[in-house]
Amino acid sequence: MSKNIVIACSKDELTRIRQFVADQLDLHKIPDLQAHKLVLAVDEVCANLIIHANNCDPINKIELDLQFTPKQIIFTFRDKGVGFDINQYDSPSMDELVSSRRQGGLGLLLVKRIMDKIEFSTEKNYNICRLVKTIG
Amino acid sequence: MVNIEIEKKEDIHFIRVTGDIDAGSSIHLDNAFKEGLETGESKIAVDLEGLVYISSAGLGVFVSYLDEFELKKIKLVLFGIQEAVRQVFDILGLEKLIDIAENEEGAIAKLNE
Repeated sequence: MSKNIVIACSKDELTRIRQFVADQLDLHKIPDLQAHKLVLAVDEVCANLIIHANNCDPINKIELDLQFTPKQIIFTFRDKGVGFDINQYDSPSMDELVSSRRQGGLGLLLVKRIMDKIEFSTEKNYNICRLVKTIG
Repeated sequence: MVNIEIEKKEDIHFIRVTGDIDAGSSIHLDNAFKEGLETGESKIAVDLEGLVYISSAGLGVFVSYLDEFELKKIKLVLFGIQEAVRQVFDILGLEKLIDIAENEEGAIAKLNE
């Protein structure tokens, strides 16, 4: 079964998308600590899409689809912003982040460590990012 | 939503955080650190007992000040981190970079070492 939500590309929408994902994970009885990490990964991808791919323009939208199978949860993000493949991004090391005094750079590292598979593709005018978590 | 309160107890600058820190609200945490730097604090304790959620934007605030704090000999200790939030620190290995105490007493002890 699948559930979806559409948000505007505004940081104010992050609370709403986190609540939506948390509610769905709760409905599917995903344990709290696991759910917390999955909500975080979704938040990180959305923040990245809002800020970097869509320049915080609320006219632009992000669609998130959640699909639950017996062994996997699949999170699919669709947007029309500047395409960005997380797999092509080399996360900076912690030492680099500390010495550069940068605040960014940790989000995608978290997503890579939390999710089991990350796929990126484009279809017509859409960028599609798919995160897969194996459960059970 | 995040709420941040600043409290000075003896020579320790407490930053007490409650709520959620995400890409939209991390600026408030950043401002609290900036304020601590401006007032020349040398011991900073961050109370995270009321922190329900933190994303990379908030964690990035902590990381971005480590270098400057070390240079200026400012001691930083976080305490009271809830289990769900703590696992996020663990995923990134932040406990190796940032001093973390169980509770306020432990934080004060670390700052006065």
